[in-house]
Amino acid sequence: MNLTCKTCPKIALNQNFNIKLEDDNELVIALAGNPNVGKSTVFNALTGLNQHTGNWPGKTVSNARGNYNYKDKKFILVDLPGTYSLLANSVEEQVARDFICFGKPDTTIVVTDATCLERNLNIVLQIMELTDKIVLCVNLMDEAKRKGILVDIKKLEEELGIPVVATIARKGKGLNELMNKTYNIAIGIETTSPKQIEYPKIIEDKIDKISEKLQGISKNRLNTRWVALRLLEGDATMLESINKFALDREDAYNEGGTCIYGY
Amino acid sequence: MRGELVYMGTSENKNEYDIMESLKDTLDREKNEQLKDIVVGSIYAEAEKITRDVVTKNSGKKVDLDKKLDDILTSKYTGFPIMFLLLGIIFWITIVGSNLPSEMLSNLFFGIEEHLTDWFMYMNTPQWLYGILILGIYRTLAWVISVMLPPMAIFFPLFTFLEDLGYLPRVAFNLDKLFKKAGAHGKQSLTMSMGFGCNAAGIIACRIIESPRERLIAMITNNFVPCNGRFPTLIALSTIFLSGLVAAQFSNLAASLLVSVLVLFSIIVTLAISWLLSKTWLKGVPSSFTLELPPYRKPQLGRILYTSIIDRTIFVLGRAIAIAAPAGIIIWFLANINIGGNSILNHSAAFLQPFANLIGLDGFILMAFILGFPANEIVLPILIMSYMAEGAMLELDSIQAMKELFVDNGWTWLTTLNFMLFTLFHFPCGTTLWTIKKECGSNKWTLLSAIIPTVAGVIILFIITQLARFLI
Repeated sequence: MNLTCKTCPKIALNQNFNIKLEDDNELVIALAGNPNVGKSTVFNALTGLNQHTGNWPGKTVSNARGNYNYKDKKFILVDLPGTYSLLANSVEEQVARDFICFGKPDTTIVVTDATCLERNLNIVLQIMELTDKIVLCVNLMDEAKRKGILVDIKKLEEELGIPVVATIARKGKGLNELMNKTYNIAIGIETTSPKQIEYPKIIEDKIDKISEKLQGISKNRLNTRWVALRLLEGDATMLESINKFALDREDAYNEGGTCIYGY
Repeated sequence: MRGELVYMGTSENKNEYDIMESLKDTLDREKNEQLKDIVVGSIYAEAEKITRDVVTKNSGKKVDLDKKLDDILTSKYTGFPIMFLLLGIIFWITIVGSNLPSEMLSNLFFGIEEHLTDWFMYMNTPQWLYGILILGIYRTLAWVISVMLPPMAIFFPLFTFLEDLGYLPRVAFNLDKLFKKAGAHGKQSLTMSMGFGCNAAGIIACRIIESPRERLIAMITNNFVPCNGRFPTLIALSTIFLSGLVAAQFSNLAASLLVSVLVLFSIIVTLAISWLLSKTWLKGVPSSFTLELPPYRKPQLGRILYTSIIDRTIFVLGRAIAIAAPAGIIIWFLANINIGGNSILNHSAAFLQPFANLIGLDGFILMAFILGFPANEIVLPILIMSYMAEGAMLELDSIQAMKELFVDNGWTWLTTLNFMLFTLFHFPCGTTLWTIKKECGSNKWTLLSAIIPTVAGVIILFIITQLARFLI
């Protein structure tokens, strides 16, 4: 029973986050975004009563999970702590970052507030650097309308290169389309081409140098450009997280005892 | 950098280990900060560009107004002067406004005291009971209420008004940078602002700071800013302090300016001590955070009056009365039980006198601070009681009477100034210390939170006193 999960790396990684998958038809979706944008409303609207709450392993940050079924798949929705960035300034940001970076969810939905899109876009751009499995949900469209703010969804989609869905989560509007897009991205019928930010040359040169080093340990499990950027910024927690989640280690995989995957 | 990395890998992972080690070299704080600014700057620029392309605003008037206000209130140049000005205006209104009601209240209580005295005489009450009840408890309560109630009833609604308006987060924003420079957490500006209300509340608020190091700094230094219990003392004393020095028509203005300066000074000392702690016992690098500036709101007058009158004024006054009444009895006993021809109070004060003299106070003042440990509100009433029990049965009247009482007991401008400074910088009240103990769970840090402010206060007072005595 004590299988080393080298054959199922994804499961092993998910094990770090206490997610138990029952079969292949289950997909893991992360829900990210700033605080106070209606993220929890989206979460509740999608999962209904099928949710349970707990803590992130080893952290005092609470986490909520829930399921919903869409078409032939079962979706496990993980509500990440509301954060303004993924720069690991706080425990919340570190949790959110580690989950998207190392947990590798099948899709990440980023919820934003239509009334202050500019501030919200920062975390969207950061997550876009990290993964191309991403759907943007522009929530609170009714409030924006009341304040006379109009968001051109089509244009936003073009600019970002990822699917964008406008929602009014409180009234359940746009959620079907959100589930549909999430489904498409998660199983790969639809692909994205997230716009990447180009940094000044001084930064790009350094990214290349560090990325090269990272190749040695990543074996395609890490987004080296992204990790390099974090290291450039002096984020020491990044090294801790790589050590914890991404190194080939017998003990790391066996930490949870038996492989939860079954057999 | 936080702690050492521990590699649990086997020998075949040696290669990975080496790579990780070499990656550590890229972590260089100074350089990283600059690079981080460039990276974050690029992301912000991109977000701004995209927003310009996809968002159109029809009537963003309110948002624009908010932004313009924020530009002024949190600007590098105008932010601090406006903060100082607002503070000054609030104190000015408080001081001017509380003069008359204070006098009316004390007249009223004095009138009642006369009747009570008559009644006690009529009932042939023994002298000691009359002493405890009227001279001990009643007078203390009357002082507390007439000196403290009016300023509180004016100051708290004004303070709540600013809070309700959404101005306090802007204050925190202005101060954030300074706290970072002091090696502390930016959120300490928030917990400190709460400390102006109540230090115990400010210390509970320190939970919002995640790093234990920065939380400790915030907790230890919270007591350096004056709380609601200490503001009335400061306001009353600043009026006394300046009444002889400044022409009468300017005295209110000058007094409010003085309180503002004292508050500013308390913030400076908070920063200095935070810096000192972060350089010595609590070394480390500050972590950053995001502060969301909420939109300005129209204050709800009803709610302001309710919270400030019920939650704050009545609460603080109630606490003062609840503690002042028993304290009144204790003081009366201390002042009236004689050992070797002198009261216990006199003995204690005489014992403290040499030390008190060094820092420009007197033994009675130090005794008042020690006896006022349960609550800062009662330091001044206790002192008044001690002086009055001393002999000259002064009839309680306005602030002017208080001044005469103090002058009769040998106060100079230096004593008043020192008293105000010691009000700012001394051990926290009982409730606050108990809260610190509960929040950090360590006897050592609780003790230090009492020692550090006291030592700081003693040093400041000593320097000022010796300097003043040397120069004059």
